[in-house]
Amino acid sequence: MSQYRLKQGGRIDRNKSVSFVFNGKRYQGCEGDTLASALLANGVHLVSRSFKYHRPRGIMGHGWEDPNAQIQLEKGAFTTPNVFATIQELYNGLEAESQNCWPSVEKDIGAINSMLSRFYVAGFYYKTFKWPRAAWETLYEKVIRRAAGMGKVPELPDPHRYEHMHAYCDLAIVGAGPAGIAAALTAAKSGKRIMLIEDAPELGGSLLGEPGTIDGAPSDQWLASAKAELDAAENVTVLTRTQVAGYYDYNYLVASERVTHHLSPNTPSKAPRERLWKIRAERVVLATGAIERPMVFADNDRPGIMMASSVMAYINHYGVCPGQKIVVFTNNDSAYRAAAAMQDAGASVVVVDVRAEVDEALKAKFEVHCGAGITGVDYSVKNGIRSVDVHAISADGSTIEGPGSTIECDLVAQSAGWQPTVHLHTQARGKLNWDADRLCFVPNGTHVVNPNTSVGAANGTFGLADVMAEGAAAAKSLLAELSVDVEAVVPSAAENHAFGSIRELWIVPTTHPVGEGKKKHFHEYQNDATAADVWLAKREGFESVEHLKRYTNTGRGTDQGKLSNVNGLAIMAGARGLTVPEVGFTTFRPPYTPLTFGAVMGQTNDDTFTPARQTAMHQCHVERGAVFEDVGDWKRPWYFPKHGESMHDAVQRECLAVRQSVGVLDASTLGKIDIKGKDARKFLNMLYTNNWSKLGEGRCRYGLMVNEHGMVFDDGVTTCIGEDHFHMTTTTGGAARVMTWIEEWLQTEWPDWEVYATSVTEQWSVLSINGPKSRELLAELTDIDLSSEAFPFMSMREGNVCGVPARVYRISFTGELTYEVNVPARYGRYVWEQVFKAGEKYDIVPYGTEAMHVLRAEKGFIIAGQDTDGTMTPMDLGMDWIVGKKEDAIGRRSWSRSDTSRAGRKQLVGLLTQDPNVVLPEGTHAVSRVLPAPPMDMIGHVTSSYMSPNCGRSIAMGLIKDGLNRMGQTIDFVLMDGTSVPAKIVKPIFFDEAGERGRD
Amino acid sequence: MAHFSVFSLVRNALNYHKDWPRQWRSPEPKSHYDVIIVGGGAHGLATAYYLATECGITNVAVLERAWIGGGNSGRNTTIVRSNYLWDESAALYDHSVKLWEGLSQELNYNVMFSQRGLLHLAHSVHDMQEIGRRGSAIHLNGIDSEFVTPEKVKEMVPFINLNCRYPVMGALLQRRGGTALHDAVVWGYARGADAAGVDIIQNCEVTGFKIEDNTVVGVETSRGDIMANKVGVVAAGHSSVMAEMAGFRMPLESFPLQALVSEPLKPLVDNVIMSNGVHAYISQSDKGELVIGASSDAYTSYSQRGGFNVIEDTLQAICELYPVFKRVKMMRQWAGIVDVTVDRSPIITKTPVNNLYFNCGWGTGGFKATPGSGNVFAHSIARGEMHPVAEPFSMFRFHSGALIDEGAAAAVAH
Ligand SMILES: Cc1cc2nc3c(=O)[nH]c(=O)nc-3n(C[C@H](O)[C@H](O)[C@H](O)COP(=O)(O)OP(=O)(O)OC[C@H]3O[C@@H](n4cnc5c(N)ncnc54)[C@H](O)[C@@H]3O)c2cc1C
Repeated sequence: MSQYRLKQGGRIDRNKSVSFVFNGKRYQGCEGDTLASALLANGVHLVSRSFKYHRPRGIMGHGWEDPNAQIQLEKGAFTTPNVFATIQELYNGLEAESQNCWPSVEKDIGAINSMLSRFYVAGFYYKTFKWPRAAWETLYEKVIRRAAGMGKVPELPDPHRYEHMHAYCDLAIVGAGPAGIAAALTAAKSGKRIMLIEDAPELGGSLLGEPGTIDGAPSDQWLASAKAELDAAENVTVLTRTQVAGYYDYNYLVASERVTHHLSPNTPSKAPRERLWKIRAERVVLATGAIERPMVFADNDRPGIMMASSVMAYINHYGVCPGQKIVVFTNNDSAYRAAAAMQDAGASVVVVDVRAEVDEALKAKFEVHCGAGITGVDYSVKNGIRSVDVHAISADGSTIEGPGSTIECDLVAQSAGWQPTVHLHTQARGKLNWDADRLCFVPNGTHVVNPNTSVGAANGTFGLADVMAEGAAAAKSLLAELSVDVEAVVPSAAENHAFGSIRELWIVPTTHPVGEGKKKHFHEYQNDATAADVWLAKREGFESVEHLKRYTNTGRGTDQGKLSNVNGLAIMAGARGLTVPEVGFTTFRPPYTPLTFGAVMGQTNDDTFTPARQTAMHQCHVERGAVFEDVGDWKRPWYFPKHGESMHDAVQRECLAVRQSVGVLDASTLGKIDIKGKDARKFLNMLYTNNWSKLGEGRCRYGLMVNEHGMVFDDGVTTCIGEDHFHMTTTTGGAARVMTWIEEWLQTEWPDWEVYATSVTEQWSVLSINGPKSRELLAELTDIDLSSEAFPFMSMREGNVCGVPARVYRISFTGELTYEVNVPARYGRYVWEQVFKAGEKYDIVPYGTEAMHVLRAEKGFIIAGQDTDGTMTPMDLGMDWIVGKKEDAIGRRSWSRSDTSRAGRKQLVGLLTQDPNVVLPEGTHAVSRVLPAPPMDMIGHVTSSYMSPNCGRSIAMGLIKDGLNRMGQTIDFVLMDGTSVPAKIVKPIFFDEAGERGRD
Repeated sequence: MAHFSVFSLVRNALNYHKDWPRQWRSPEPKSHYDVIIVGGGAHGLATAYYLATECGITNVAVLERAWIGGGNSGRNTTIVRSNYLWDESAALYDHSVKLWEGLSQELNYNVMFSQRGLLHLAHSVHDMQEIGRRGSAIHLNGIDSEFVTPEKVKEMVPFINLNCRYPVMGALLQRRGGTALHDAVVWGYARGADAAGVDIIQNCEVTGFKIEDNTVVGVETSRGDIMANKVGVVAAGHSSVMAEMAGFRMPLESFPLQALVSEPLKPLVDNVIMSNGVHAYISQSDKGELVIGASSDAYTSYSQRGGFNVIEDTLQAICELYPVFKRVKMMRQWAGIVDVTVDRSPIITKTPVNNLYFNCGWGTGGFKATPGSGNVFAHSIARGEMHPVAEPFSMFRFHSGALIDEGAAAAVAH
């Protein structure tokens, strides 16, 4: 065991050695270590290079506040960038590497940036790299991009799984330190649903790093019994390794649970890697603790400079004392407790305290330099820290005094006070007050839409006894708001340290004016921003906190500025001659710490990412070799190639078969809405452009729907089933939109109308049987009289088909004799197979959406969304006949608007290319005059275009300016390659113009 | 104004950067201006810049409620493109792209405009028809557009999952599309406008208009009344509120629109890739963050916060299209309030009140238009007649029905 691992103490298991590899070198740690504690136990401080200057950086903290110790974990498919070494639990075989350095973290070429740091200050990019113009993208940006970024994205697919959990509770307690546990113990008695959510692997919070005496016993024992009590309480859910990362409105908490992060990724496990909890809580207790703040002093970013409380936590929690000769640098009392822990762990300690006067009792155990500060750090990559320079500091804090001295050391442990972890409080729209005595922002206690209470250190309360009393009291009073009366259970603590005094000194002066000379005073580590950068920001007018943040990148790293924000603000306040609260605070945005995309994704992935909708006949199509097309969320057969047929050949064959004999389309995907109620007819009159007043029972009618602007957005056939009962069909892709549209009008405009709309799309299987042989075929299978007299075009009959109850609609989208057989969805496959068996003698074919498109285009039937684009009125489509004479209908009034009623709008026409073999690409535009090169004046475009086997040539439809008045004219379409294709404007109907085939 | 160059940088470095002046002044408001611009976003600042540099009107103030660039200008995903369907849009957005192309030099401020190429993926036959039509229209409008095959997409974006739930069938590529750095654009215009004499006044909220004889004569602000010959309002999400103050209605709805960035990663995404089919769009910043746009919330709101469900939908789409990002982490998420018109095109307009002009309705996609919007708005205000490129975007199109419906055709418009 190394010199840094203590012989005893801590929560690690010295008998279970864990082997791991860092930067290619093998080390040993113990079970219970984090990667950071194990590295420190091995004397490794240098773990990364900074973003901009590539300065060597080391482990500073012991939690999510650490700005530096982020590593690339594992290799191959398991590799994960930017993993916090301070959080990552050690497991056997763990492999990690430093990021953002080459060839190695010790010898990093990028460190050349550091030599240029004099130029490379905040705002540097904006001022330069502008000339020559092309060089920004071709040269400068390329170099900058290559140097950017920290970790690497895996190249292989993620083998792991993620999932979501939903939970509801009466009281969610975030953070299981002494405050949170006290709250939970009180709340547990209420019988209400309580959740206690802790980020760390075990309960305890600050007690793990700084143990105390609670209820007369060492806090470890108390923790164990509290845990047992909470585990036993059925109404309490305790989550560990779970971080509440986001606090959204109406007490909606998003928490991520690191389920298997502590295991080797190769461990076989059925568990997901992470679980995202979505929790709706009636009330929330925020017991998220506080984060120690660093000092801004010369070269304060050197590896081996750590937070005092973190050094104490490494000693007490992990049994590691990361230095042997330690200088504790502080402006407040709390660091003396850390110093004592270091001394107890066998280190020699010298305290440098910027306060001129320090309580005698505190000083008693240590050599203390009062009224002094660290003014320089002797550090090298090879030897680490060897000493620090110390000078007396003037009373106003602006300069150093006297000759100074040098203190040999291998570690600096620092403290500049504490900042309550108010992130969730501010995410929940809470405001902050500045506590001028303790130099920190504290929650101001009121909340807007998110009832919560901050307690303990998160509320700026630091004494152990006070913290627990506050936690218990908050649980009691929040539960009282839910009309539950519980007694506050307040554990008694032996310790209740007063906060003591603190000196406000935001920048520690050094031998040169700050910002001059070689030494740097960092306030923001990850993004390499210094006090001098804040001053520069001020000088250049970036005074507001948001400008400061953006200009210097303060708080914009993966650590979100947990150590840097307040120092940045305070330095700005000093520069502007204002107090810290006058400068203000930037809002924290979720998540508290970075949240894995996969966890947010959850199980919605691959097959479950908008699950594909399949009709009841899907398997029939698969067996017939269909190629499918995505239409909305549906899989629809696109075409059915036979023996290696091309798409073109298959479609041509299908189209011919339909018109010559019989073909069947699976039309089940069309939207179907059942509309009922005594105002149903009145409603249809508003919804469609045409008139529905007289549609008789058993009759069908085609209708167009337009939006408020009078523009067509959907169409379909609706059938009267009974006096107040209709069956509406919509386009496949538009079904949900129509349903929403219906609900919107019913709920917002006509809530008093009695209309019930129910989506029945999935209740019916629909076989559209088309072609001259369809009557003969169907007659064999049904008891319905199919004669034209008994069952005319545009009507519906009920009966049996293949012995199954059915509604048969005589409507057609091909212009052929057509029966659309609707059967309850569960019979779809059976009926389909029966129809095909009976149809064999007619050479029946299944046909797909492509043939459907061709067939309807031959007849000039539009497809809403293809031949229309939300800018076409029914008149533009040449469908004046469908505009009923009635008082009102949605969108009607808009037709009288000046632009909508003007002549010369784009109108739907047919198009025939001069060369019948040329199929115009859909989307191609026509121009008023072909020029050698664009720009050219466009007059319209092709919406539908096919090779029609039934017409023996290509056919197309398009929207052309004033098209209806230009019949017979030839216009030019220009392709992307510059060639132009002439085509004649014709009526958009190419087959059976009289429309006899379907009516017969 | 201090000129920015390598030389000035070196010179200043020698003096530890102590001589850099403010990039824009912080003046007290005067009692009267020729033109007041309400709203210190990029569009408002660009308008002031062009008023002062191209239209000869330098007695101009920009009044900003909080700090400049704190609205959508500082919250967007910085995508720049001009591959819009309709002629009117193409003219406006390409006017912008052309100005972007020389902007860093003109402003003497590196706005990091980077034409890294923008791909629009098509995931269905319907999408293919949509890009087919749009690509043809863009091409004939004289703007670069190319169709690319899925193979080519894979070459440009090797980590894409072409065979995702809605397989990639093709894409439309605009090579001149790309990104710029939003903050730099705001600051660059502010600095340029200031140098040309414009007063940029922050922490100055406009609370009302002074209107006499149906003519605007000034504004009421949190720092007192300020008179003006003409007022241009460029207040994005708050435009309809401003219109109400002036006594008329502006056909806008305000929604939260969200975006997020990942932790910084080594460069991987070279282009801007947009997909309407699975609703995901992504680029990578020069800092290495993946910049990802989400959709707007379903409900109108003025709070700059959105629902987490929108973030879920977005990252589900991202992981479906780019499975390699599953282990990557989201670092920050936020929302801006976007002012959405019914046809998803902006409003640049005279109003029922004389000398009061509005420039709004940019919704989810106005960053790209910043230079062009400011430019044509400035000329319109200066002349008292709408610039021909701005003319079709009048608010009165909602009376006539002459909509410029980018939404109906392409569904999404970032
Ligand atoms: C998440 C998100 C992503 C986006 N992505 C893109 C993208 O990729 N590409 C793209 O082109 N566009 C995008 N946009 C849209 C783009 O950001 C905006 O269209 C554009 O920034 C609008 O600029 P602006 O100057 O008009 O508005 P803003 O920047 O919002 O400026 C308006 C200003 O008016 C001020 N103001 C309001 N009321 C008052 C008052 N009463 N008095 C004084 N001042 C007032 C506000 O404080 C604000 O600063 C996105 C938007 C968001 C929110």
